[in-house]
Amino acid sequence: MKIVVAIKQVPARDSQLRVDDTGRWIQEADLNFEINEPDAYALEEGLQLKEKNGGEVIALCLGPGRASSTIREALAKGADRAIHIEEESVATLDTLGIARLLAKAIGDEKPDLILTGLQSDDLGYGQTGVVLAELLGWAHSTIIMEVEVRNESIRVKRELEGGWFQHIEMPLPAVLTIQSGISKLRYASLMGIKKAKTKEVKRLTLEDLQVHAMSQTNVERVYLPQKSKQTQLLEGPAKEVAAKLVEKLKFEARVI
Amino acid sequence: MILVFLERSGSDFHRLSFETLAAGQQLGAEMNLPVAAVVIGDGASEVPNATVFSITHPLLAQYTADGYTIALEQLIRAKQPTYVLLPHTYTVRDFAPKLATRFERVLVSDVVAMRAEGGNLLLVRQLFQGKLNADVRVSGVAPSFASIQAGVYRSDQLQAATANVEEFSVAIEASDIRSKPEEPFRETVRAVDLSAASVIVSVGRGIKEKENIPMIQELASALGAELAASRPICDNGWLPMERQVGSSGQTVAPKVYMAIGISGAIQHLVGMKGAKTIVAINKDAEAPIFEVADYGIVGDLFEVVPALTEAVKKARG
Ligand SMILES: Cc1cc2nc3c(=O)[nH]c(=O)nc-3n(C[C@H](O)[C@H](O)[C@H](O)COP(=O)(O)OP(=O)(O)OC[C@H]3O[C@@H](n4cnc5c(N)ncnc54)[C@H](O)[C@@H]3O)c2cc1C
Ligand SMILES: Nc1ncnc2c1ncn2[C@@H]1O[C@H](COP(=O)(O)O)[C@@H](O)[C@H]1O
Repeated sequence: MKIVVAIKQVPARDSQLRVDDTGRWIQEADLNFEINEPDAYALEEGLQLKEKNGGEVIALCLGPGRASSTIREALAKGADRAIHIEEESVATLDTLGIARLLAKAIGDEKPDLILTGLQSDDLGYGQTGVVLAELLGWAHSTIIMEVEVRNESIRVKRELEGGWFQHIEMPLPAVLTIQSGISKLRYASLMGIKKAKTKEVKRLTLEDLQVHAMSQTNVERVYLPQKSKQTQLLEGPAKEVAAKLVEKLKFEARVI
Repeated sequence: MILVFLERSGSDFHRLSFETLAAGQQLGAEMNLPVAAVVIGDGASEVPNATVFSITHPLLAQYTADGYTIALEQLIRAKQPTYVLLPHTYTVRDFAPKLATRFERVLVSDVVAMRAEGGNLLLVRQLFQGKLNADVRVSGVAPSFASIQAGVYRSDQLQAATANVEEFSVAIEASDIRSKPEEPFRETVRAVDLSAASVIVSVGRGIKEKENIPMIQELASALGAELAASRPICDNGWLPMERQVGSSGQTVAPKVYMAIGISGAIQHLVGMKGAKTIVAINKDAEAPIFEVADYGIVGDLFEVVPALTEAVKKARG
């Protein structure tokens, strides 16, 4: 089974975000970057499927030069090879442009399965996998918690709202968007890290791909959201704020 | 025309459907455009909007991305709306990007505000799990697609009108539908009903390790509160799934909801925004949870929580 896993590099989760001088994106200079969280689970699922069914896992990433560290990590964890579409300004692409580039880069790899995360932590479109499936003409399903490979098909467990789930069967090839937390992530072994250095990373540029990726959406401004409520901030040393909050709970909320 | 997709949920409408209809009506008034709703399945006559398209077909009895995309594509090609608005539900996430791609258009997802500006539409969407907002302008030819986040528009502000239902017939073949959905199910019977709790103490990833959960439990016990959590805590198995609050967990509306080490991603907020009083304890002053909090403590939970537990115990005698 040949599996492509789309991985994206995003600012580390606890980053302090600052809007940059253009007012249209964030200052990236002092940030740390890591793999988008659900993509780590998509990769893990891909590796587990390969271990069960044999085959190959290819990591696919569209991102700037710095994304090579995330790609190397995926290779160290067990991906067999990688495709890196190098582009410095991914944030100006919309989801159709991104999906077109990914589809073109997959080209004639003819995988059986493409796994993506269900949503990126930075742009948060929550769509790239679905758009990719449509561009390729494949079946898809989203927010996936389990994957079972059958003969020419797969049966997946999809998360619905409010604690409900559903099983769905669909033919291969297919695209699945993977939910965070569906399994336990592995660490790269020392051996894996060593081997990663010898694995193939195919580098492509936008020019190589010749894709119409003109954005239909234009981000005009990025800013801190407005508060919907007047928050009363309680300040001081721990003991003091605790006493203040107890007052509020007792006399305002009346739950003590 | 502004076309609003209304999602059915069992024998009712998904609660986000009418919020999205309210969004459509407001935009329609601003832009001087008629508003039409579309329903796949029953219930079209119950829609409080003047124009309603009703699509019924045996192959659409159960949701599939293929079925819904084909049906709505045919309606959109026939009626040529300028804007298509959809509720940002899990179902819409599953098919709307596909539908928009059919028109070589981009769905602007997770919209938290909209306004007409200079003849076209300015959409506000969230970035970085709600830490930042972005003003987005869409260019290109109609239709433009947008999905509206929960809690942005109010269904009680609908300009109710009697539905004029137009049946719209669609051509679908069984072979068009590639996936076979089975019946929805729940994993376990819920032993805890958080919706009945009057005080909830909820813990997020700020707690760092499973070993630290008892500290939160102690605070909950002192307050006589139920313990709840954000998704990653339940994913990690640190607390059972049935204590998860949010779009894929429970929806709660206690007198007091205390969010400890929870950032306030939209999928968490939709589950607890209805609380009467929200208290947030977080070391990051810019965490989105403070946007909905009535009382906020910016600080290290490992210092604040033990002090709070002690103060509560003292106050209760
Ligand atoms: C389709 C879908 C469905 C989802 N369903 C749900 C759902 O039902 N429920 C849900 O909760 N989430 C859900 N999520 C996930 C959601 O998007 C967030 O990822 C999640 O809520 C984040 O959890 P958190 O706030 O605990 O963690 P984080 O976002 O990592 O936040 C941790 C917070 O702790 C703070 N912190 C860290 N250390 C300390 C300290 N020492 N003292 C004080 N504060 C500290 C940090 O500042 C940060 O704000 C869903 C996501 C998707 C895409
Ligand atoms: N630049 C990218 N490179 C590789 N994969 C991506 C990229 N952008 C999005 N994806 C994939 O698509 C998923 C959904 O992203 P999004 O639609 O931006 O929320 C991510 O979890 C990734 O798996």
